[in-house]
Amino acid sequence: MSGEVIVFTIISAMVLFGALGVVSTKNVGHATLYLLITLGSVAGIFILLLAEFLALVQILIYGGAITIVLLFALMLTRVDEFSSIKDAVQRPVAIVVSVLLLGVIITPFLQETLGGQSLTESNLRTLGHELFTKWLIPFEVASLVLLVALIGAIVVGRDD
Amino acid sequence: MELIYFELLSAVLFSIGVYGVLARRHAVLVLMSIELILNAVTINAVAYATHIDASGITGQIIAIFVITIAAAEFGLALAIILRLYSQQSNANLDEANRMKW
Repeated sequence: MSGEVIVFTIISAMVLFGALGVVSTKNVGHATLYLLITLGSVAGIFILLLAEFLALVQILIYGGAITIVLLFALMLTRVDEFSSIKDAVQRPVAIVVSVLLLGVIITPFLQETLGGQSLTESNLRTLGHELFTKWLIPFEVASLVLLVALIGAIVVGRDD
Repeated sequence: MELIYFELLSAVLFSIGVYGVLARRHAVLVLMSIELILNAVTINAVAYATHIDASGITGQIIAIFVITIAAAEFGLALAIILRLYSQQSNANLDEANRMKW
């Protein structure tokens, strides 16, 4: 077992630990912290794939922005029901469905023969050049989507 | 590194996210499970793109777009959830049925 595989195993154990915490804890505040564990560990997976810019973006946006906004939104709402969240009645069905889905997804993965490939480093200059030439129109559309979501959030959240 | 490791990780993460979406009643917890699903998809995109070209630039750009849309969706969904709190004083999705006839 190479060192890379050992690091990958540790990081993916952290990812799955956080994910299971998110879907099993009864406290919304704790669920937010478990989500932070998962999202931070996914940044580690990106570093293993030599996508260091993506790891940076992952930590900045998920760790910095989304988790903070989530905690603020929870603080603005009622705190007394935080620690006693009940699951829906369809919980056994949900377990069956997700395990079946896992089997369906994994089966073709186990049959394919794509092996490993040695990665080359992708520098930020290439990424930026690609983004602003080949992917320019999707980039502009994404900025429009952000603007629409911003205005929509203000309109929906406003008291009238 | 073999591609199968990343595939298995993202498949398990995706299934956990689907379980969370189906089994949770609190709207914020459903939203967090959706984030898990989006992260699983992102891992898969970045890992597969290293097989198209060795630098995997295309996958990274797709991942950036996924993160952007996730941020937009998250802000809008939190605004809707705050509105839900002020209307029915909890965020229980089973009770949010007033748009139904």
